Amino acid sequence: MIREATPEGISLRSITKSFGATSVLKGVDLDIASGEFLTLLGPSGCGKSTLLRIIAGLDAQDSGSVAIEGRPIDGLRPKARNVSMVFQSYALYPHMTVAQNMALPLRMRQMRGTQRLPLIGRLMPGTSSALKSIDHEVRRTAKALEIEHLLSRKPGQLSGGQRQRVAVGRAMVRHPAVFLMDEPLSNLDAKLRVQMRAEIKDLHRRLGVTFIYVTHDQAEAMTMSDRVAVMLDGELLQVAPPQQIYADPADRWVAEFVGSPKINILEGRVQEQGVVEAAGTRFLLESSVVSASGTAVYLGIRPEAFQLAQGPECGAIEGRVRMIEHFGSDLFVHIEVAGSPDLVVARLSTVHTHQIEDDHIVHVRVASEDVLVFDEQGQRVRPQHVGAMKLRSSA
Amino acid sequence: MSIVAAAPRRSSARLSWAFINPESLAGYALAAPGFLLLVMLFFLPVLAVFVIAATDWQFGAKTLSFVGLKNFVVLFSDPTFRTSFFNTVVYVGLVVPSTVTAGLLLALVIERSHSLRTFYRAVHFLPYMATLTAMAIAWEALLDPTIGLANQVLASVGYPAVNWLRNENTVLPVLAVIGIWQNLGFAMVLYMAGLKAIPQDLYDAADVDGADSFFDRFTTVTLPMLGPVTMFVVIVTALRAFQVFDTVKVLTQGGPGDVSEVLLYTLYVESFEFLRTGYGAAMTLVFLAIIVTLTLLQAAIVDRRVHYS
Repeated sequence: MIREATPEGISLRSITKSFGATSVLKGVDLDIASGEFLTLLGPSGCGKSTLLRIIAGLDAQDSGSVAIEGRPIDGLRPKARNVSMVFQSYALYPHMTVAQNMALPLRMRQMRGTQRLPLIGRLMPGTSSALKSIDHEVRRTAKALEIEHLLSRKPGQLSGGQRQRVAVGRAMVRHPAVFLMDEPLSNLDAKLRVQMRAEIKDLHRRLGVTFIYVTHDQAEAMTMSDRVAVMLDGELLQVAPPQQIYADPADRWVAEFVGSPKINILEGRVQEQGVVEAAGTRFLLESSVVSASGTAVYLGIRPEAFQLAQGPECGAIEGRVRMIEHFGSDLFVHIEVAGSPDLVVARLSTVHTHQIEDDHIVHVRVASEDVLVFDEQGQRVRPQHVGAMKLRSSA
Repeated sequence: MSIVAAAPRRSSARLSWAFINPESLAGYALAAPGFLLLVMLFFLPVLAVFVIAATDWQFGAKTLSFVGLKNFVVLFSDPTFRTSFFNTVVYVGLVVPSTVTAGLLLALVIERSHSLRTFYRAVHFLPYMATLTAMAIAWEALLDPTIGLANQVLASVGYPAVNWLRNENTVLPVLAVIGIWQNLGFAMVLYMAGLKAIPQDLYDAADVDGADSFFDRFTTVTLPMLGPVTMFVVIVTALRAFQVFDTVKVLTQGGPGDVSEVLLYTLYVESFEFLRTGYGAAMTLVFLAIIVTLTLLQAAIVDRRVHYS
């Protein structure tokens, strides 16, 4: 599952970082292919932003190394790394116009200090041709992002979405090898966020360069990424394509973090080979999962894995309907089940609308291949024929 | 506010009587002592200054006559007033740029050192808090022509002694140095607050964009983001510099000759030593006009402080 080190991509090797006594990153290994869209997904405080800042060169790791295209970049200043970054706050220079904001990275790279001086700089040889080519590049980028009409405005006069675009433009204008994005959409309203999601994805396709995207929003991670790296407490729990993260989580925590509504977790106990008793029901599981009978396990069942059963049957959960949410396309039925402290949520087809009533007993069943089994520590217990997989990066 | 909004609509006749309900009466009663004091000690004296400025009244005189704008005509042709005005402008011109620049540099240096930051901040802020009259006496001792520390230092490196406060070339700069020393802490504290308010993200963006040398970071982020603070510091320092008085009164009394005559000191001498109260009042109004202009400018700038966001 962990990809081979790609000499042309980015590779992180056992990165650690502590702030005082708090260990923020506990030995992160990650390889990112060139041109890949990789998302670091996790709750706030999990270390994802710190990891991004280490790649950018804004923070230094305590140990471990970062290489871009096979070249170690540890200790290099951010500007020497050929990366650019979009910040959550956009970090636009408020006193500069949009054009000046976008031109700054080019001015800093293409013009000497003396050429950048106000007034006198104009007299230096080569200044006007440098300015002309920078202006040309800024206009080209602005055109691609459809912000040409904003070039003479200042950030204070722009809407959130427009500022976002300007920040992307400033990052794009000098054609970096890697785009780093730190929660770039979290300051936007919900509707704009969905639209910008598509635009960033499209931008990635057009530019074809590596994107590393940090977010706590699973919807962003699932919709945009080639691969998602799920982080918790400074460790990578799983690095996989979005559909695999969802369908085949390596960890109970990953399963719970991804998916809305949340996956149902039932406490169970192994009775015999392949049979787990949970929520008053015996689940016949696809394969022999846990050996010793009596072992405590957790069963994870996605809400959409449930189907309405006509009555009590093996593998069907019985419970009382506590709430019905009608979403038009689906019904979310919240069911109180004996032996489970949380309500079980089942997502059912609307054809069942008339069969389910509040405060009535229902039965829902689930196919054995849709039951995810986790051990007491939260590690995934996989059907044995698939083979054991590496779960925690630190393991 | 919310009560009014919640209550059903009342006729305007009843509303007009609202100001004598018991609650508002209590409010007026509580505000009355402060209001009376303000009238007695501020509004009436200011009004009196306007009236007196149009008379030839001398302090203690039994009679006076209205002379219209004559005091102002005399004032603007008075060489002492002109010198005084010119000296004050020079003094402000020396104090303001130096205070602002030095305050900014000091804030940058202190902000960079992590240890003893509070100590340095307190040390530099102390002069601003101290009574300037007392501090002026301390400065007089330092600048004493024979036993003063300044001249002893000069002598130890082989330079002739300077009579700092009696030399017409040094007296105004020396007063300016004391003014800078006094206001520096104030500028520094404002700049330190301003520096703290700059988002770290902007520095990070500057680093990524390639503006990562001290000079580039300073010109790309620090200085522009301190623009509003700088305007504020300039105006407040200018206000205080225009009001220079204590040091002149204690150290030079406007001398030698009229080299260190400044507006407030001339005003004081005319009004309370020569007892030309009417003339002094006219001068007060000119001074007031300068101060009010600066204050209005400051208020306008404070209002626009959010112009970046």
